[in-house]
Amino acid sequence: MSDPVSADATRPRQDRIEPLLRPGNSNCGGCGMSTALQMLGRAVEGRRIQMVIPACCAAVAAGPFPFSAMGVPVLLTTFASAAAAATGMSQVARLNGEDTRVVCWAGDGGTYDIGLSTISAAAERNEDVLYVCYDNEIYGNTGGQRSSATPAGASTSNTPHGKLEQKKDILGILAAHRIPYAATVSLAHLEDTLRKMRRALDARGFRFLHILSPCPTGWKSEPALGMELVRLAVRSGLFPVVEVLDGRRLIVNIEPDFSEEALELYLSLQRRFQKSGLKVSDVRPSIERQWRDLRTRSGRIVPAEREV
Amino acid sequence: MAGQLISANHAAAMAATLAGRANRTGRGFCSGLYPITPSTECMELLCNQEIEKGHVVRVESEHSAMAVCIGAAASGARTFTTSSSNGIAYMAENAVAAALLRLPVVMVATNRTLGPPWNVWADHGDTLMLRDSGWVQFYCADNQEVFDTVLCAYRLAEDRRVLLPVLVCQEAFVLSHTMAQTDIPSQARVDRFLPPLALPNRLGSSPRVMGAIDSPHVTEVHRAQHHEAMARVWAVYQDLQGEFERVFGRRPADPVVPYRLEDAEAVIVSMGTISATVDRVVDAARKRGVRLGSVRVRTFRPFPAERLSQLFHGVQRIGVIDRDISLGFGGVLWGEARGQADPAAVVQSYMVGLGGGDVRPEHVETVLRDLLERAAAGHPILLEAGI
Repeated sequence: MSDPVSADATRPRQDRIEPLLRPGNSNCGGCGMSTALQMLGRAVEGRRIQMVIPACCAAVAAGPFPFSAMGVPVLLTTFASAAAAATGMSQVARLNGEDTRVVCWAGDGGTYDIGLSTISAAAERNEDVLYVCYDNEIYGNTGGQRSSATPAGASTSNTPHGKLEQKKDILGILAAHRIPYAATVSLAHLEDTLRKMRRALDARGFRFLHILSPCPTGWKSEPALGMELVRLAVRSGLFPVVEVLDGRRLIVNIEPDFSEEALELYLSLQRRFQKSGLKVSDVRPSIERQWRDLRTRSGRIVPAEREV
Repeated sequence: MAGQLISANHAAAMAATLAGRANRTGRGFCSGLYPITPSTECMELLCNQEIEKGHVVRVESEHSAMAVCIGAAASGARTFTTSSSNGIAYMAENAVAAALLRLPVVMVATNRTLGPPWNVWADHGDTLMLRDSGWVQFYCADNQEVFDTVLCAYRLAEDRRVLLPVLVCQEAFVLSHTMAQTDIPSQARVDRFLPPLALPNRLGSSPRVMGAIDSPHVTEVHRAQHHEAMARVWAVYQDLQGEFERVFGRRPADPVVPYRLEDAEAVIVSMGTISATVDRVVDAARKRGVRLGSVRVRTFRPFPAERLSQLFHGVQRIGVIDRDISLGFGGVLWGEARGQADPAAVVQSYMVGLGGGDVRPEHVETVLRDLLERAAAGHPILLEAGI
């Protein structure tokens, strides 16, 4: 496998000559999904892929007819149907002996909420599909309503005082289907991102990647700070960067420093947490609980909790 | 007719199997299937067939069944699904998507009453809900017709002049679970009738977006093209009737099937199996000297307006029997057929056999009596046939 950072600086990389996400698309400045698509384009290299995009920001970015902002064939589906339509495409590719990787590219609404039963069924059948969720923790396309991926304390257009409920553990849900490969991806960590994308592209069966995707519009943050926010989410332990093999073996890829500073910065750099007055001390217990669970599942010895 | 004694559900599954195998030299066959009474036996039989270069996906919902068909068809495969009633309602979003993407999906619908309250018996309301969705719709009157229409549906759907999904409808239990002698031709003959699907602009390796955002003007163009494709169905269907007859030795029924219309002073119009009952009443009435005729509408979309207008010419009394009700309006078929009658004609709506009530000759006789006594059309009449 080639070095993730181009070894030969004198020659433009293939993903720059024929980008997966073409210039002139309609994504907002600082959109994490744009960065994620560029990284996917880089990971794809010579592989032949087809994409399936349900209703989400990427569906808008892909058009308008007859133009295509994507450098590969794309089928746009109804909101809940990406994993099922991808099933049809990948089965037909298999019947015809084609080495085509079918990649679903969906937001958190299409993954955590309306599309969940479709994804669960495709995962249960272990369809040969790579499902990527770019999670901006909001219904971005409809103007920023809460989804079940929105973290507690974040204001959205229909939870103006801050959402009360916790974010779903989508990786846990997918891993519980015992699929061959499931991983979370930090766009701020290039090598880890490309390694996981390549691994997920090359594995067979149902694979799932969960990408934390900054949304300056919905998060009310500076467009230029997107990658920094992802880095802070990882450092603080808020967004664990892990992979799960066959639903059993959990590997922690990046060790957070769990610093107060990182968490404080993460919350204060986004105005979506302002209204609820969410503080570091409000978030800390859930981070600790989450990491205790992860340590247990990753097989490392954790100190027994002392009950008072 | 010599053949196998099978239900229409099994006839439909056999037709799908043969059509699927016929695409083995093309891009194969892929079907998404989900059970619902009374179309379950069709999906069960299909799930038990060996189909060379074919695969059946046992999905978790009708919505996903159609989504699998959409993905497979977009990749150039032949597809099939079957459903009924609330399953069709649940699938509706993707049924619309298949049509608007102009994918040649074929679906067999076993017409069943929508619920709740739950009722598994025949009613055309489920597929009529898809009236405006851009699917071609056929309503069948017997088991052989279900089989033949599924084969015709593939030819029609996949013809480059059409490229539309086709819905083949059969009534719950009346056809779906009733065994009848059905001729199932050999694979070789089906291969002769059904060439491999060559879908233009299928998803391949060149970048393109299928289903990208349309501006209002582009939508106008796309709808106009879709509507024009519907209008081409008549000519394409006529061609394939001849082809079918050459290969299989029998001619598939016309889009509109008239019965004893010569010199008719009154005509009863219906869809599906009720027409067979009407035809019997026509025979009985003619023996009594009543000049009655029958018209069966087999193709409901595109709507055979011109043909009906020819057949209705000079007819003064027309009764339209619907096994459906558009609540707050009346019979759906009546609403469309009445516009084709002479302006002075009496065109009366009768809704008979809703919720699967057994429509017997005496019900049709009641319709006939009412029709002959009328000086003018009145409010739609709901005639109770259920027990």
